[in-house]
Amino acid sequence: MKTNSLAAERRNKTILSVVLSIISVIYVLPVLTVVLNSFKFNTYVKTDTFALPTGEMWAGFSNFVKGMTFGNYPFYKSVLYSVVITLLSTALILICTSMAAWYITRVNSTFCQALYYLCVFSMVVPFQMVMFTLSKTADTLHLNTPWTIPIVYLGFGAGLAIFMFAGFVKSIPLEIEEAAAIDGCGPVRTFFSVVLPMLKPTMISVGILEIMWVWNDYLLPVLVLDINEYRTIPIHIQYLKGSYGTVDLGSTMALILLSIIPVIAFYLTCQKHIIKGVAAGAVKG
Amino acid sequence: MQKKLAKGNTIQASTRRWFPLFLGPVVAAFIIGFVWPFAQGIWLSMCNFRLISDAKFTGFDNYIKAFQDASFTHAFWYTALFAITSLVLINVLAFIVAYLLTQGLKGSNIFRTVFFMPNLIGGIVLGYIWSMIFDGVLGRMNTSILLETKYGFWGLIILMCWQQIGYMMIIYVAGLQAVPEDMIEAARIDGATKAQTLFQVTIPNVMPSITICVFLSLTNGFKLFDQNLALTAGQPFIIQPDGSNIKTTEMLALNIYNTFYSSNTTSQGVAQAKAVIFFILVAGLGLAQLAYTRNKEVQQ
Repeated sequence: MKTNSLAAERRNKTILSVVLSIISVIYVLPVLTVVLNSFKFNTYVKTDTFALPTGEMWAGFSNFVKGMTFGNYPFYKSVLYSVVITLLSTALILICTSMAAWYITRVNSTFCQALYYLCVFSMVVPFQMVMFTLSKTADTLHLNTPWTIPIVYLGFGAGLAIFMFAGFVKSIPLEIEEAAAIDGCGPVRTFFSVVLPMLKPTMISVGILEIMWVWNDYLLPVLVLDINEYRTIPIHIQYLKGSYGTVDLGSTMALILLSIIPVIAFYLTCQKHIIKGVAAGAVKG
Repeated sequence: MQKKLAKGNTIQASTRRWFPLFLGPVVAAFIIGFVWPFAQGIWLSMCNFRLISDAKFTGFDNYIKAFQDASFTHAFWYTALFAITSLVLINVLAFIVAYLLTQGLKGSNIFRTVFFMPNLIGGIVLGYIWSMIFDGVLGRMNTSILLETKYGFWGLIILMCWQQIGYMMIIYVAGLQAVPEDMIEAARIDGATKAQTLFQVTIPNVMPSITICVFLSLTNGFKLFDQNLALTAGQPFIIQPDGSNIKTTEMLALNIYNTFYSSNTTSQGVAQAKAVIFFILVAGLGLAQLAYTRNKEVQQ
């Protein structure tokens, strides 16, 4: 009896593994389709979407070469601006909000509490609510370049970051900072050499959430940036299809492939941190 | 205790002076990026304007116009239907996958990695990947995702399931792993079947995760924009008797965007009013949902 049920359980597990493997393969198929079609001539993308790029369909790397200057905007520039905006915004958000969250929790004045609740409130406000006025404000203040747009990201994204940092700072025992104060550390040194190193795990979580948000964001940069001069990758891809005239699907797929390769590489190298960060953000948000 | 309080106060007092360094940048950016645009947005929703500088107060005119706009009410019902359908599908499927992955199967980590992967791809890119796939399939039947509302609807549902199941799965896996092992064992010793254990022990114990996921997928569904824009951009259109269009697969966020940036420059006040209604809806839904499920947790 017992051995029977054990055997049945083992068999069930094998069946489950097979089912999950099949689902996994289906899960990867869309990305594989992109790979296949990026090597096909444009006319075959629509008619033979799921065929292997063989024979006369095989376009080699011509789609990639064409894609570099496709859509009247050089692709390398949009990659460059995406990288600049993502790195600057994430760095700015991490430094400024961790400092602010520490100050808010430790000083805890009425103003600090009001600011904290305002931050929590800003988390439930959808972007559409502020998009028109925000883009006008950013224009007036000349925040419409890749080097200044991080300030906009800091402003609109501060809520979640402060919320997460403050949650962690509350769990740090005050005694550690008191000891530093007794040893003669001022607040600035206490923060940077005592508190900041302890914040590292939260830093990674918040950093990953911000990187994923800013890198993939479309609406904020398209409204704030001067898009004739500065385009990020999502803007570039949207304008390939949005522009009038013929759309070269082969080249579009080549560019999409180029834009998801770094994301997948980033994911596979920091997978553990990413999953942990995302879960932490969700649980707290 | 007394001593501690006094010390806390000295740290407080010495830190307080550093306000400009610690809080200055965030407060300034927060005002630019949130507080000012938010306040201005509420004000402008009650104004008629072409340029912000010559806005004229018109009371609730814009709100009345927004509710009379057939495309807005259509977008509302379409979004609500979409959000509820995707909420149910995503959560049920994500829970099943998470449950299977916590049964101690070999290769669980690889499955987890694969299922989570689509989450990192941005909405615009996702939209174009899937529009190619759907057109590849529907093209064989001589139709397109842009030609029928039901294709657009279910296409977006499939896309969102593909993207979100992995995300919700991670939260459910964390919840399931936190269920005490001895509790499940006790149920088994008492003679509970697997199904009974699942519904009477496991699910009540992961209620907090369910709260979070339901809340997240509902607001995600309502706020959806990028995927909607890239997949169908509201097509197919129905032309109204008065010459205006109803974009049948247009969701609320896209409707607001189109009202703001259409060629009709007088509609910006109406668009801002729609944005305020949208904000109240999203914020209200989130809070109501949270209050409801929190309540349920306490009862259990």
